[in-house]
Amino acid sequence: MDVQLLTFIIVGASFALYIAIAIWARAGSTNDFYVAGGGVPPVLNGMATAADWMSAASFISMAGLISFMGYDGAVYLMGWTGGYVLLALCLAPYLRKFGKFTVPDFIGDRYYSQTARTVAVFCAIFVSFTYVAGQMRGVGVVFSRFLEVDIVTGVVIGMAIVFFYTVLGGMKGITYTQVAQYCVLIFAYLVPCVFISVMVTGHILPQTAFGATLADGSGMYMLEKLDQISVALGFAEYTTGTKSTIDVFFITFALMVGTAGLPHVIVRFFTVPKVRDARKSAGWALVFIAILYTTAPALASFGRVNMIETINGPDLAGTPYAEAPTWIKNWEKTGLIEFNDKNGDGNMYYAAGSITDPNSANEVKVDRDIMVLANPEIANLPAWVIALVAAGGVAAALSTSAGLLLVISTSVSHDLLKRNFAPNISDKAELGYARLAAGVAIVIAGYFGINPPGFVAQVVAFAFGLAASSFFPAIIMGIFSKRMNDKGAVAGMISGIAFTAAYIIYFKFVNPAANVPANWWFGISPEGIGTLGMLVNFAVAYGVFKMTDEAPQEIQDMVESIRFPKGAGEASAH
Amino acid sequence: MAFKSDDDKTAYWKENLSILAKLLVVWFVVSFGCGILLVDVLNEIQFFGFKLGFWFAQQGAIYVFVVLIFVYMAKMNALDKKYGVDEE
Repeated sequence: MDVQLLTFIIVGASFALYIAIAIWARAGSTNDFYVAGGGVPPVLNGMATAADWMSAASFISMAGLISFMGYDGAVYLMGWTGGYVLLALCLAPYLRKFGKFTVPDFIGDRYYSQTARTVAVFCAIFVSFTYVAGQMRGVGVVFSRFLEVDIVTGVVIGMAIVFFYTVLGGMKGITYTQVAQYCVLIFAYLVPCVFISVMVTGHILPQTAFGATLADGSGMYMLEKLDQISVALGFAEYTTGTKSTIDVFFITFALMVGTAGLPHVIVRFFTVPKVRDARKSAGWALVFIAILYTTAPALASFGRVNMIETINGPDLAGTPYAEAPTWIKNWEKTGLIEFNDKNGDGNMYYAAGSITDPNSANEVKVDRDIMVLANPEIANLPAWVIALVAAGGVAAALSTSAGLLLVISTSVSHDLLKRNFAPNISDKAELGYARLAAGVAIVIAGYFGINPPGFVAQVVAFAFGLAASSFFPAIIMGIFSKRMNDKGAVAGMISGIAFTAAYIIYFKFVNPAANVPANWWFGISPEGIGTLGMLVNFAVAYGVFKMTDEAPQEIQDMVESIRFPKGAGEASAH
Repeated sequence: MAFKSDDDKTAYWKENLSILAKLLVVWFVVSFGCGILLVDVLNEIQFFGFKLGFWFAQQGAIYVFVVLIFVYMAKMNALDKKYGVDEE
């Protein structure tokens, strides 16, 4: 059977599974819709959280990024896992005890302020939209490459599926669908990687193969070989990287804190029955995430070796373009691989530098986003593995979109409508508005998926910086400082966001030409500035708090009551 | 009132913070310490086919993170029991 037919069958079967689960787990009340009735077992919730968290970016792009960045790729590996330690230790159990539906609920109640709630709602909506547009794009790319439909059709199919189970099932439908999606995506990620590990080193586990000797009988370590090839072609050593230490430090910190402050991740811990389940669930979520995150750097390094050896040949002298393998031709059609035969010898040669720069020997441009998707083809794996990877990429994109859309619809129907405009609305009407909001959000997200604003990649840094400099400090102070007051928190959030946003907007949009290390404050890139924004938030909040009255007694009592598990009820609206 | 006395409440919170602080120190040392600040020093050491600093940054830190959360869970469940503030 050919690849395309197999892809249709495997992706189609996975869709049928998701829809069946959605019908089985429909939502009957707002409680079901927002937090799955608060009755999800912790291990399953951990699995759903992992699927929710691992987006098209984790599945499709991350190994590619690491492949091209070498050691520096560790900022993503540590940043996107270390945040779960903060989440499990400092946030999840307390927020579960607090027992409301949303992050703005917590901010609004803890700081007894409608302003604080509204600021939080807009941050939540902005962060979520940024993300979801990127996911829809990911679905489009997978469909267009593997099913050879155009991107618009791909996005529309993706939208229809997500619409169906988000609107019908809410958090309950999403959670159980995500459990299935996790299984699909992790299987799809591991299978090709195990194949490649065995081919390159003879080890089954990618995590150990990564540090093993090559299977070609040379007795050389794989990473040693990779360092050698990288240097020979004019790149930095793979295992050392090029970013400054301070920049790596700040980016990693911003990603960790940003992860812990993302509303669609935090809300997952409202869905378990008890406080101790919230702790356990965070642990399991990280186990399921770590399976992919410890495999990714191995895949990145094997992919790099394979790619260079295919293009340049084992002797690194270049190979004839006329005999190039079909994957190069296939990806060339999508524009993600380009070949410019500078010296006119008909051979492809990959090296450091740009393919349009006459001073560089490089003749092949390879987009980093193709590494995971092209890896099975590069390694000549069977057609069903390629089809599986397509299904995995779609599962990753769909599961994350659904979680984000739910945050958007909850923010609109619960935080804005019920809390601000129509406090007397019935449960049934609120559920109707939540479904309507989810529907509208999907259409808007789909529009951005089809017509991506040029800045999608840039705004990802923005989303993490924003979460790091706004939500995280406000929640931490809300739990660990009883006396912190509304004025301090609001001033902190606004100054943290304003500082971070100004820095990113200046370097990414106003004056991108100036975006070089020499101009950065203390050598911190826009990706890492959220860390400084977080410190600004803490400092301003503390300063304002010192000059104003402390939080009223009943708020202080409430904070004390969330500090121990006993008496945690179901998550509720009041 | 969930605690037997105000002293109990203060003591519980103090022990909670101390568990938190110890685990966060480990969290910082493996990631920011071994994986970033000390990476060049540790890279002098060979660990199987890895340079040790590189291994911490791309593998080791993540394994430690997972262990940390489960240690926290066990310690906090024990603490809740000790002060009688667990669920059930």
